[in-house]
Amino acid sequence: MNKASANLATVLVMLVSSLSVSAIAQDKQQYFPLLTFRTGPYAPSGSPWANGFVDYFKLVNLKGGINGVRVAWEECETGYATDRGVECYERMKGKNGGATVFQTMSTGITLALTERGMADGIPILTPGYGLSASADGEVFKWSFPIGGSHWASADTQIQYVAQKVGGLDKLKGKKIALLYHDSPYGKEAIPVLAARAKKHDFELTAIPVSHPGVDQKAAWLQIRRSRPDFVLLWGWGVMNSTALKEAQSTGFPRDHVVGVWPSGSDSDVKEVAGAAGYSAVLVLPGPGFESTIAKEVREKLHSKGQGSGPKEEVGEALYMRGLMNAMVAVEGVRRAQEKFGKGQVMTPAQARWGYENLQIDDKRLSQLGIADVMQPLTTTCKNHMGPSAARAYTWNGSKWDVSSEWLHADPAVLDPMIKAAGDKYASEKNLTRRTPADCQS
Amino acid sequence: MLYRENGQLKTTYGADQQIFPIAQDRWLIWALIAFAFIAVPLLADEYLLRAILIPFLIMSLAALGVNILVGYCGQISLGSGAFMAVGAYGAYNMLVRIPGMPLIPALILGGLCALAFGILFGLPSLRVRGLYLAVATLAAQFFADWIFLRIKWFTLDSPSGSVSVSNLQVFGLPLQSAADKYLFCLGMLAVVALLAKNLVRSAIGREWMAIRDMDVAAAVIGIRPMYAKLSAFAVSSFIIGMAGALWAFVHLSAWEPAAFSVDLSFRLLFMVIIGGLGSIVGSFFGAAFIVVLPIFLNQILPAAGAIVGVNISTAAVSHAEFMVFGALIVWFLIVEPHGLSRLWSIGKQKLRIWPFPH
Repeated sequence: MNKASANLATVLVMLVSSLSVSAIAQDKQQYFPLLTFRTGPYAPSGSPWANGFVDYFKLVNLKGGINGVRVAWEECETGYATDRGVECYERMKGKNGGATVFQTMSTGITLALTERGMADGIPILTPGYGLSASADGEVFKWSFPIGGSHWASADTQIQYVAQKVGGLDKLKGKKIALLYHDSPYGKEAIPVLAARAKKHDFELTAIPVSHPGVDQKAAWLQIRRSRPDFVLLWGWGVMNSTALKEAQSTGFPRDHVVGVWPSGSDSDVKEVAGAAGYSAVLVLPGPGFESTIAKEVREKLHSKGQGSGPKEEVGEALYMRGLMNAMVAVEGVRRAQEKFGKGQVMTPAQARWGYENLQIDDKRLSQLGIADVMQPLTTTCKNHMGPSAARAYTWNGSKWDVSSEWLHADPAVLDPMIKAAGDKYASEKNLTRRTPADCQS
Repeated sequence: MLYRENGQLKTTYGADQQIFPIAQDRWLIWALIAFAFIAVPLLADEYLLRAILIPFLIMSLAALGVNILVGYCGQISLGSGAFMAVGAYGAYNMLVRIPGMPLIPALILGGLCALAFGILFGLPSLRVRGLYLAVATLAAQFFADWIFLRIKWFTLDSPSGSVSVSNLQVFGLPLQSAADKYLFCLGMLAVVALLAKNLVRSAIGREWMAIRDMDVAAAVIGIRPMYAKLSAFAVSSFIIGMAGALWAFVHLSAWEPAAFSVDLSFRLLFMVIIGGLGSIVGSFFGAAFIVVLPIFLNQILPAAGAIVGVNISTAAVSHAEFMVFGALIVWFLIVEPHGLSRLWSIGKQKLRIWPFPH
């Protein structure tokens, strides 16, 4: 089939593919395709994220690869558009001996790729985002929201709000408004917050803001009228800074606006006067300019002119997220090598085992140099998310200050929802839950 | 020399009125159809099928629908994305709500939903025309965005607002592999294109063109503007709706309302304008231009950079893609304002008198 296909492809397409393959035709290497968005309305969030990714891969290769297997990566620009993401996936999935894993970097693309990944046997990694229900590893064999999902974000966010008012029982009777990006990402917040609202008896109003989120006058008018006690901000890209500006002009106190990780990066607050006091609950890593790994990147890459982006962004929240995403991808392969042979190139199916049996404890985290900004990660066959920890950071006008202890997403709230969503998905798709025997594979 | 119709005498009205009166054209088109149906699925790899050919076929179908409305009937529409969305969500609801609903009837019913929606939003065309109508059809776009985002019933109360289909079957055969999906889309496109071609050559097609060229004169000679305009809206939105359902079911398989944003409406309109207004073959050219060219540029630019030893970053490639693409649109419109299909017919004419041009 492959030879025949080359015949059909036009001369130019052949030229393209032959060139790109020859550029990275070396000995043992593990191929990681990247779906990045360095252009478009969400580029301010996408660029540091992608730079973190690439810098981590560079760092791994500097240290001798994954037990000797070099990391090869390739970026494909999606512009955060689902159809381009699908095209990139199809383009890269078979290249260089096959993609190890795909990280979608977009909830919309995740939804489109979940089934494709299942059909093609390629793990889809979405640490901290993606389809929350895919934490159910018995239904979503190939999807891994490792260490957190949007549901975990929502749960830790409400815990932080509760801490601010003095305990979960004090939430009773409070009015909380959810200002969300009207996309699959933003809507993911609603079920968890609604469940929490029922449990703790607070009033939740969901206010959607449509893409790209620059027009929020009506939403803030509604907020001004209903005077909620807190506004939970689920924005993305330019929507976040707009919301904070609107909060200021509406006179809504910024210290009662609480965001999540997509609304808690430096680019969201840096140029906004009056953003001080705004806090965001970030699952997985927060900003870490002084973390060991950020220092290492500056020393080993940037000081030698090898860094991917501007030096100043090393340590920003989204940059750290990129590092962490790449770290999870690499650690999964490392874990798989322990079972299937050290120094070997892992197939996607073998790598999948690694992602499913991830054990990144405190010791490993400090070896990786990321212990000061995030908590350990573990996954199992049943639970592809594992424990999810988040910390709140408050913007003081020039930098983010840690403003809470580690908050842990409550399994008592999330697990029944994940189970129910998994069951619903399985019945829609005629899937059966995986047997314990399948978990060994 | 090779492409001449000398000596091809027509002895029946049927022979005179067929779609391709020249024998060479007929052979060529049969060869092309055979190639597309037999050779392509055997030769093309999965990437080519899934990422390029399937979107191209579906967008050709949509552009065909838009061309009937904009190109043949002269009613500028910016609601094409909405018609696609209605077709997609209509077909989706038919498929999941009615047990045992087969795929093809679901697609047709989705097309019928779009048809009803199209007629509804075609009503302003009876009073306003030109740019004003374009603005009025924009309302269809915003309305569709709104209902599929806000009314949970259409998306089966899915919490993320995203819906998906899987395990599609046609006559009991699974629609799973890239080649099957390609053949399915190709079959749909071939059937609809043949119907559309015959429709625009018939009395109703001539009515549409009369309305397009001058609606007052058309009314004077006895063409009912209401009937002609609304029938153009109906046929066009039916085809666009089916294309929308295919786009959602076959290409995306999981989608959200943003997949049918106003951006898509503009792209469809550009396809028709660049391909050639009032030309069936132009829809294919336009779709190829808008769907395939950006992907092609995206892949050729880094390769071209590698040849001269420059490493272009992905962001730069993406920006360059937009610039080159925009420049090409402007260049084509200046060189040939009647679209790529006119270039095609000029080429054919040149070929006919080759090698002795007069």
